Amino acid sequence: MTVIIETMIILFLLLGVFLTLVAAFGVIRLPDVYTRNHAASKSATLGVMFILLSCFLYFYLIEGHFSSRVLLGIAFIFITAPVGGHLISRAAYHSGVKLWGKSVRDDLKNKK
Amino acid sequence: MKTNDVILQTTSKVVFFIIILFAIHLFFAGHYHPGGGFVGGLMTSGALVLLLLAFDIKTVAKGFPIDYKILIGIGLLFAIGTAAGALVFNVPFFTHVFGDVYLPIFGETSLHTAMLFDLGVYLVVIGVTMTIIQTIGESE
Repeated sequence: MTVIIETMIILFLLLGVFLTLVAAFGVIRLPDVYTRNHAASKSATLGVMFILLSCFLYFYLIEGHFSSRVLLGIAFIFITAPVGGHLISRAAYHSGVKLWGKSVRDDLKNKK
Repeated sequence: MKTNDVILQTTSKVVFFIIILFAIHLFFAGHYHPGGGFVGGLMTSGALVLLLLAFDIKTVAKGFPIDYKILIGIGLLFAIGTAAGALVFNVPFFTHVFGDVYLPIFGETSLHTAMLFDLGVYLVVIGVTMTIIQTIGESE
């Protein structure tokens, strides 16, 4: 039983770290603000949620301490991080940041 | 172009209650765990600032009709009241008492007069932060 728990905690932690690393690479390598924001807000949110989940499981199953504020943190990040990404993208679009040169669609252009 | 803030406003309304609950938790946890009046007050004013960002200053003033300058005064009165209350019982200034009290719903609860002092700190921190932010925000 302990082996299963420890394996699960390690897997969640490694998955979270990997997703956060992918988000960092996305921010470096993608061409414009919108694609970078897509990588940062989506991948990093899931990565941090996995790391927090693994932290919660460690304290609950091994130390026997039910930490509700970690669960609250997971819910909070799940609610707020996408909204933050949306607001940054929208502010960038309204202040006139250009899309990547090879983009084919801009639906918002006709709405102005 | 008219901007549409519906995502920000809806999220702020939900998140506001989470932040307020966490601030109250931090305030009451202050005696035995990390937290206390200062952090709790800052987080409460952080929740109010989130509402100020999502809505405008008049809507928030209508929802919370509080004069934050008066809140500073109430907080300082709480602090000096708990400190001076010790003088009535003929003990030095700032002497605190504590004890286990039986309350109807909560059962056996450990109560301490330092918490009333902390309540003063909490109110002063909210009052000062919100006064600073509102005066800067209102000036054209």
